[in-house]
Amino acid sequence: MAAEREPPPLGDGKQADFEELEDGEDLFTSTVSTLESSPSSPEPASLPAEDLSTNSNGPKPAEIVLDDDREDLFAEATEEVSLDSPEREPILSPEPSPAITPITPTTLMAPRIESKSISAPVIFDRSRDEIEEEANGDVFDIEIGVSDPEKVGDGMNAYMAYRVTTKTSLSMFNKNEFSVKRRFSDFLGLHSKLATKYLHIGYIVPPAPEKSIVGMTKVKVGKEDSSSTEFVEKRRAALERYLQRTVKHPTLLQDPDLRQFLESSELPRAVNTQALSGAGILRMVNKAADAVNKMTIKMNESDAWFEEKQQQFENLDQQLRKLHASVEALVCHRKELSANTAAFAKSAAMLGNSEDHTALSRALSQLAEVEEKIDQLHQEQAFADFYVFSELLSDYIRLIAAVKGVFDHRMKCWQKWDDAQVTLQKKREAEAKMMLANKPDKIQQAKNEIREWEAKVQQGERDFEQISKTIRKEVGRFEKERVKDFKTVIIKYLESLVQTQQQLIKYWEAFLPEAKAIA
Amino acid sequence: MEENPEPGEERQSCPTALDLQGDGSLQVEISDAVSERDKVKFTVHTKSCLPHFSQTEFSVVRQHEEFIWLHDAYTDNEDYAGVIIPPAPPKPDFEASREKLQRLGEGDSSVTREEFAKMKQELEGEYLAIFKKTVAMHEVFLQRLAAHPTLRQDHNLYVFLEYGQDLSVRGKNKKELFGGFIRNIVKSADEALITGVSGLKEVDEFFEHERTFLLEYHTRIRDACLRADRVMRSHKCLAEDYIPISAALSSLGTQEVNQLKTSFLKLAELFERLRKLEGRAASDEDLKLSDMLHYYMRDAQAAKDLLYRRLRALADYENANKALDKARMRNREVRSAETHQQLCCRRFERLSDSAKQELTDFKARRGSAFRKNLIELAELELKHAKASTLLLRNTLIALKGEP
Repeated sequence: MAAEREPPPLGDGKQADFEELEDGEDLFTSTVSTLESSPSSPEPASLPAEDLSTNSNGPKPAEIVLDDDREDLFAEATEEVSLDSPEREPILSPEPSPAITPITPTTLMAPRIESKSISAPVIFDRSRDEIEEEANGDVFDIEIGVSDPEKVGDGMNAYMAYRVTTKTSLSMFNKNEFSVKRRFSDFLGLHSKLATKYLHIGYIVPPAPEKSIVGMTKVKVGKEDSSSTEFVEKRRAALERYLQRTVKHPTLLQDPDLRQFLESSELPRAVNTQALSGAGILRMVNKAADAVNKMTIKMNESDAWFEEKQQQFENLDQQLRKLHASVEALVCHRKELSANTAAFAKSAAMLGNSEDHTALSRALSQLAEVEEKIDQLHQEQAFADFYVFSELLSDYIRLIAAVKGVFDHRMKCWQKWDDAQVTLQKKREAEAKMMLANKPDKIQQAKNEIREWEAKVQQGERDFEQISKTIRKEVGRFEKERVKDFKTVIIKYLESLVQTQQQLIKYWEAFLPEAKAIA
Repeated sequence: MEENPEPGEERQSCPTALDLQGDGSLQVEISDAVSERDKVKFTVHTKSCLPHFSQTEFSVVRQHEEFIWLHDAYTDNEDYAGVIIPPAPPKPDFEASREKLQRLGEGDSSVTREEFAKMKQELEGEYLAIFKKTVAMHEVFLQRLAAHPTLRQDHNLYVFLEYGQDLSVRGKNKKELFGGFIRNIVKSADEALITGVSGLKEVDEFFEHERTFLLEYHTRIRDACLRADRVMRSHKCLAEDYIPISAALSSLGTQEVNQLKTSFLKLAELFERLRKLEGRAASDEDLKLSDMLHYYMRDAQAAKDLLYRRLRALADYENANKALDKARMRNREVRSAETHQQLCCRRFERLSDSAKQELTDFKARRGSAFRKNLIELAELELKHAKASTLLLRNTLIALKGEP
């Protein structure tokens, strides 16, 4: 897999990092030079020919050459190189030792370091935007569908299996079109894996749909009524949106677990997702502990951007919740209106039947028919209210929780860095004491410890910078997606409202002559 | 609260009014109304060239109880037994509306000032609508009386219309209650009559048909009324839901920094305007459909009352026949029995003829009222749907046009 990756040539900031790589990274440095010489020669199998045409446009030196895919491949590559996280897949050879100047205590909170490393990604992001616009939509050539919910098994051990269909022209997949059967816990398992790998380093991993013990029990027990079909449909749509959001994320798309989820016919069962399982309870406990810790972390925020963004997301969260509650009320009342209209239609029909006046009787029957059709219309509109509007809002409420989580991870990262600095200080003081007391063996140990903690401090700072960088990028991407998402949904929703009104016009126009016909 | 017709909205003279101002010799209208605490004062304005009145144009102030007094005067009057007495107007009921306003005042702190203002506006509109309706109901009652060839000649009506002082009928609550109690007992006896349980034989096919028809019709229209009310309430609820949605969208828009700002703000405005349209549609459904059904339910009841009276007359006639036979058999008091029987016969026949006419008129009246209202309903629904479509389309164009 690694062999297929060909990072594009970089802007200055990045170039420096790159050259510090170990020999194990030759692969990359060589391809970098190849790319610089002949933009069109490295034909990555995954990209369609037309993408390469953008290379020749190359307005800026080496930066805006390739489309998103490759840039993201690169982005991931650097991150993997610099991070010291054992849980990540060993795609590249582990533990290169980048040459970073040791940080003295006085420069620990220096804002300049932060801003310096930030400037590169900012340019990076901008160029990425431009490239995205040029590539014009054939970038994420992958479509996911979740369909055909099917009940498997009986009684309390039963479950719903959903068909996950992928259509893509990306070469990382074995075929262009394929489908697999997955159950709900598989989706949760996927999310769990992705969250474990990517959340703590600053990636906004889309949250999976929520569990519902009540809803599922009804389905298991075999209740074939409208509420359980509604539940299944709600879940199916939520799972589809979940996957679509996940594959839209350039980094997550590269993840092998995701690929396995989409492609392989057999998937090991994710047992740790059971609500009341040991792992589930452990998760709950951890979440609670996290919440407490967050309250006690007092971070010196040197970057106003983060504070601003956090506040923004907090406000957004509150407003979305309010809106969501109001829309839910709307859905409820529209359903009531539909039911009441149906009841009225029936009584109008009965009235028409008993009406003596013949022409009036006919008109009343027609009225009953119109009202029946209108009831149907209200039901469909309520459906749209919910699936288009309400569900978008609830998706975003949960997504923002994920964003907040990522900010929290940054705080924890900072805490770790800060703790390391404190410990380093203590070790230095201990060494000084040993020096005075003149105990040579203890001194050596102290020196070793100092070296150890110096490395940890450096790592801590690197991690913090990295997560900050990633978050900035992620938030930028998230906000863009959010704008797109909302705009699309708003338009779709308004179109549904237009359709309802047009139908109403049709029905009443048909009725008018009937009313006029009453002699 | 003054009665002020909204610009562009036709003055609801009544949901059922035909050309009640007919020959113009007696024109009645409620020219003004004032709501005070728990009573409504109606200003009844009359224009007439009839000799019974001392002036050609005059006004009096009446309250609801006085209308009921007038109605009871008619129903208790034997002379009008063969007429469908126009149903009494329902008591003005602002209870529900007042409660809602009060609840709003006590307040929900999570509601923003704008939302509060809008909800208050909605409720005030509702209050005004109920007020207008009650005025219309009282007016229609009087106008039907004034248009009816027989009923318009009643002395009590002239007193009602002209007598400057109040009619001292307001303390009548107890009497009304008691009267109502008696009426209910009588009514159950009537039900027995009309449903044929009492064994009374109906000889006239026309009336047999009318009996079956009215019984079923009344039940079904009552049902339709209740359900139409529920539809109207749901519809209002829906319109009100747009208020918090619009408010939330507005807040979202104000705090957004990206392109969604304009989208949200436009959407907020859209929902605000849709709310008004939906609210209007709900009111129109209320007026054209609900109110009409309510009125004809009451009118159907009045027609049923007519049938009861006729059947009672028939029962009397039959009893008189039996008494006559008995008297002839015993050969005692034959003369008086004969007179009595003839009286009953004549009364019954008079009633039957009158009733036939009234019931035929009722059918025609029903037909034209439903026709008018259903046409107006359809036209208003179309108007609102078209306005909504235009509004939605414009917003869509604006949203799509943005970068």
